[in-house]
Amino acid sequence: MSIEVRIPTILRPYTKDQKSVEAAGATLSAVITDLDANYAGLGERLLENGALRRFINVYVNDEDVRFLGGLDAQLKDGDSITILPAVAGG
Amino acid sequence: MSLEISQAFADAILEQSRAEYPDECCGVILGPVGSGKALRHKPMLNAAHSPTFYEFDSKDLLALYREADDNDEEIVVIYHSHTETEAYPSRTDIAYAGEPGAHYVLVSTRKEIAPATEFRSFRIVDGVVTEEPVTISG
Repeated sequence: MSIEVRIPTILRPYTKDQKSVEAAGATLSAVITDLDANYAGLGERLLENGALRRFINVYVNDEDVRFLGGLDAQLKDGDSITILPAVAGG
Repeated sequence: MSLEISQAFADAILEQSRAEYPDECCGVILGPVGSGKALRHKPMLNAAHSPTFYEFDSKDLLALYREADDNDEEIVVIYHSHTETEAYPSRTDIAYAGEPGAHYVLVSTRKEIAPATEFRSFRIVDGVVTEEPVTISG
């Protein structure tokens, strides 16, 4: 099971500057665990107290994972995940 | 580090900030990857519809990055307005700043300085704010 994960600029220091990496997992949660195993520290930038960080947006293909079950979102071979920091402020 | 921006874009951003008052307005200016040039203005919807907060809609955000990718562009400027405070990054702005390569432009339409406005640019990297000069060209 191979999932392409697109990494935003701000997180590329964790992926040796790679824009896109491969990960494995049947759910988003599993993919994040796999990512963190290969790119130490990345998991913590995505999760806070076991939930997705509020100002990190994660998409499976074209859909925000908040509408796909969040960390439980089901993935299939060939899916593409895009991670983007929210553009937000006060 | 400095920001060079056209008068037309600077005017358009201030115009948008007045039009969307009392909510904060927001948007980006894109340019060819690696050029650092602010060439294509794209106003964005403030999905928060708030006088004290702004946030790009999640779908708009993905579409924006896809579009930039397809055009070999990157986000050169991310701007938003402060309606009642000075044009300086707030604590929230600093906490959520996610584009270390972008110029963060803040404009202010606060009453104390009307009819004048403020238009300032900053780098926000790892929680550190550095103001930079702005050159507005014809």
